[in-house]
Amino acid sequence: MAAHLSSGRVNLTALREAGRRELREFLDKCAGSKAIVWDEYLTGPFGLIAQYSLLKEHEVEKMFTLKPGRLPQADVRNIIFFVRPRLELMDIITDNVRRYDRGRSPQRDFHILFVPRRSLLCEQWLKEQGVLGSFIHREQYSLDLIPFDGDLLSMESESAFKECYLENDQTSLYHAAKGLMTLQALYGTIPQIFGKGDCARHVANMMIRMKREFPGSQNSIFPVFDTLLLLDRNVDLLTPLATQLTYEGLIDEIYGIQNTYVKLPPEKFAPKKQGEGGKDLPTEPKKLQLNSAEELYAEIRDKNFNAVGSVLSKKAKIISAAFEERHHAKTVGEIKQFVSQLPHMQAARSSLANHTSIAELIKDITTSEDFFDNLTVEQEFMSGIDTDKVNNYIEDCIAQKHSLIKILRLVCLQSVCNNGLKQKVLDHYKREILQTYGYEHILTLNNLEKAGLLKLQTGGRNNYPTIRKTLRLWMDDVNEQVYSGYAPLSVRLAQLLARPGWRSIEEVLKMLPGPHFEERQQLPTGLQKKRQHGENRVTLVFFLGGVTYAEIAALRFLSQMEDGGTEYVIATTKLINGTTWIKSLMEKLEPAPF
Amino acid sequence: MSRARADEEEYWHSSKFRAFTFDDEDDELSQLKESKRAVNSLRDIVDDDDDDLEKVSWSGEPVGSISWSIKETASSSSSLEGRDTSLQKGSSSYSALPKQVSSYSLSSLFKGRNRLPSLPSLSDAFSDTGVKNYAPELRRPKAEYKDYSNDWSPRDTVRRMQRGKVCSLERFRSLQDKLVLLDEAVAGHDGNVITAVLIFLKRTLRREVLFRELEVRQVALCHLIHFLKETGEQKLLLDLLRFLDRTEEVALSQYREHLNIQDVEKKREFLKGCIGLPFSAEDISHIQDHYTLLERQIIIEANDRHLAMAGQSEIFRKYPRKASILNMPLVTTLFYSCFYHYTEAEGTFSSPTNLKKTFKIPDKQYVLTALAARAKLRAWEDVDALLTTKNWLGYTKKKAPIGFHRVVEILQRNNAPVQVLQEYVRLVEDVETRLNLATKYKCHDVVIDTYRDLKDRIQLMAYKCKVERGSAEEEKINSLLSNMQIRWKN
Repeated sequence: MAAHLSSGRVNLTALREAGRRELREFLDKCAGSKAIVWDEYLTGPFGLIAQYSLLKEHEVEKMFTLKPGRLPQADVRNIIFFVRPRLELMDIITDNVRRYDRGRSPQRDFHILFVPRRSLLCEQWLKEQGVLGSFIHREQYSLDLIPFDGDLLSMESESAFKECYLENDQTSLYHAAKGLMTLQALYGTIPQIFGKGDCARHVANMMIRMKREFPGSQNSIFPVFDTLLLLDRNVDLLTPLATQLTYEGLIDEIYGIQNTYVKLPPEKFAPKKQGEGGKDLPTEPKKLQLNSAEELYAEIRDKNFNAVGSVLSKKAKIISAAFEERHHAKTVGEIKQFVSQLPHMQAARSSLANHTSIAELIKDITTSEDFFDNLTVEQEFMSGIDTDKVNNYIEDCIAQKHSLIKILRLVCLQSVCNNGLKQKVLDHYKREILQTYGYEHILTLNNLEKAGLLKLQTGGRNNYPTIRKTLRLWMDDVNEQVYSGYAPLSVRLAQLLARPGWRSIEEVLKMLPGPHFEERQQLPTGLQKKRQHGENRVTLVFFLGGVTYAEIAALRFLSQMEDGGTEYVIATTKLINGTTWIKSLMEKLEPAPF
Repeated sequence: MSRARADEEEYWHSSKFRAFTFDDEDDELSQLKESKRAVNSLRDIVDDDDDDLEKVSWSGEPVGSISWSIKETASSSSSLEGRDTSLQKGSSSYSALPKQVSSYSLSSLFKGRNRLPSLPSLSDAFSDTGVKNYAPELRRPKAEYKDYSNDWSPRDTVRRMQRGKVCSLERFRSLQDKLVLLDEAVAGHDGNVITAVLIFLKRTLRREVLFRELEVRQVALCHLIHFLKETGEQKLLLDLLRFLDRTEEVALSQYREHLNIQDVEKKREFLKGCIGLPFSAEDISHIQDHYTLLERQIIIEANDRHLAMAGQSEIFRKYPRKASILNMPLVTTLFYSCFYHYTEAEGTFSSPTNLKKTFKIPDKQYVLTALAARAKLRAWEDVDALLTTKNWLGYTKKKAPIGFHRVVEILQRNNAPVQVLQEYVRLVEDVETRLNLATKYKCHDVVIDTYRDLKDRIQLMAYKCKVERGSAEEEKINSLLSNMQIRWKN
């Protein structure tokens, strides 16, 4: 089930195992048969840790979704609520428990498992409702960093960016630090910590403090990671705004990947057998899991979409040839061998079929005129062309009422690439947006301004060109890249840190927001690493506020470079793209009354 | 447009910045086709059913996954409990909750609390059952009692709270103690604990003291502001922001309230009150406009609903209104007014020109909206008038601030007849665009004239096969081709 987690340089199966162990221990505390009532949001992330079979082994017989009203009947001894610590969920639990008719129903024990942290307020609130005493076990399950792939961890905390940069609430940073402590407990103390940005500084401070306060956390594990790089998302606001052009990035931009799963329109995934075709086409969306366990996907996910077609066609030839082999199989031995390979070949075929269909779906979009126009404007902005005047394409999109998020992405991109917009330009965009989409969006525009995504150019200086040139963010002749021509700023920072070091870019670092720093964590002499010649260093890059699939792809590319000398593991508060990111900053407006 | 279309074209063909080009478009497409073909042909060979890597249920969920198992185990309940399971499956109010918003922090903990629909009914149902009796505290974990008895220092208290243990804060009586406790909580960065301490301070300190102390503790202050926003303690929040002199935030925060007002009259009154708030200079005009717009909409809505009900007005009979105009954006309102009230004099509130003037709608926006509305009604003479300008000598001239290619697009979308369409296709400035549009929409005359002007004999000959045999167009082409006066370039 989790082979893909051990494929990377760091075996993340251990983290998953730790999660499973903790879950089993909790389940065993509640003796007897059980039913779990799920906060629906948690099922996705939990699915990456355990399947139903694990729960079943520990006497979980029924599972329900948390909803107000009476609990469904279940002939079990324990009822356990798996919930995030949110008050509205406490309301539902209260409702469930109160409606539970003790007079007529058999004896039940209630428990709560808070994910990722027990909350004093939630418990206080349950107490005020008079139901706190109904719960025998109230525990927490620290699901901070969830392993998504062999080199990828996420906290799946959607509001982390908003909380850190808009509301100044650092709770998600606290959880990030906690997650890093867990990681160090499993993979050894990370000797070097680098960081850039205010949030990075906070997390490093918390880690140092936690280590000091819990001396027991000093472990004797040989360190797997050499370096931790903490990066604030607001150091690089540009990258997520641009459209990702890798295969995986485009799947996410167009269909949205959630907890490694994607739902796709079913039309292109026709029924397998000819006879069944035509009659009833599937209407449910096709759901696929995407991770490196699938050989073909691992090969194409990080490629620029331009390069995907040729890989698929090559694969098709190989597979066709492999199936042709059956004609040449004459002896019993040969036939036997062919048959033994059949399952693998069938898996490869089905994988090829799926990705060919996905590639077709994506191609329909990337070849559309509007996709091209949109990309053209993005590329102009990123290469510094005409960023200081009102853009025709943006105006046209507003006039045609394209989605507000698309407009905001482009306007923010222009603002970031110009280090703020001129008053006249900013006013013009604001007016057009408010008149077309409604005045109440002034609240969203305000949020974007507070987060620094949209701003007024002050002092009349645009330092983006300097940053672009020094970090070589734009390369005229490179098309086959994660953002076709644009190298993500965040990834450049990681690359330059490894070689030749940040000292070479002090000037630019000062132009980017927040402090940059270096900390060292002492290791006992026995644990100090003696590097073998030619052995790569391992760096954990933690994106505070989110990371895109294209950035991950770029880091993987660096890992694979032969003379790179560094392999990267990526952690983040949330996997994002420009759309989900902007959405998280928008003011929640009440739905229209009709 | 700042840059002519032709320039743009030229730029893209010469520039290195061609980012997302499919270098060999056909080749790449054919590659996809190739793999598709291979995949399809292989289907004949392998018609095994479980060739998928994992089993997938009807709903597309992998069998054995948690979300799949929830459905499975829930539906396997016996028939006796059928009612409950159907309730569980059916859409309940819970599904309307914002489950997208994650959670890991306390800050998001209070979201939606006040809006939860299930609560009132709940307390009704159990009002006579003593709540305490209802959930007797049967088996309290022993460990909890311990926490109350010991005298923890502020630091220890915070640490225990961070680990999820329950601690009593009541022992911190003096202001000094409370502030030390708060500072410890802030130093721990755990929002859960910081907010817990803040709630305690809010309850036990006088407001002025609390505000004063928080002013020098920015992190705690941010947490309190966020907490008050989420729990909807609007009054205290505004007091705090005023105390801090954060006037713009006061204004925005107050303005946000209008989202919760359903009744339009009340909303209008509320927005009127917002005008005097200390917004930034740029924002205030938008707030004023928001109020004015709603005021207008209320008048228009009352009037039009009456008209529509009376059934006297033809336009409302022919094109019944699908929704009310209340709370719609300005541009939508303008469209509405161009649709139903186009000919009204500027003096009326619902006339387009009045809206244009009141809200200083730019020409471009106005023409675009009016054009769309009139084209939808197929009022071609209005379209013509809209795009015609007269100079002081009395000459008329066609002018489109949005560019004629956009005019054509809009007209075409509304199924304008060729005669109408071609008049505007002819006016598209860029030759290539003009030819493209003319060919696409079969404006033969325009195509022919353009080739003639370009002196492109070959293209003109080629176009002959696209017009109907024996038609006037064919005749025109023939006569042009045999015209010896034209100096063809090829």
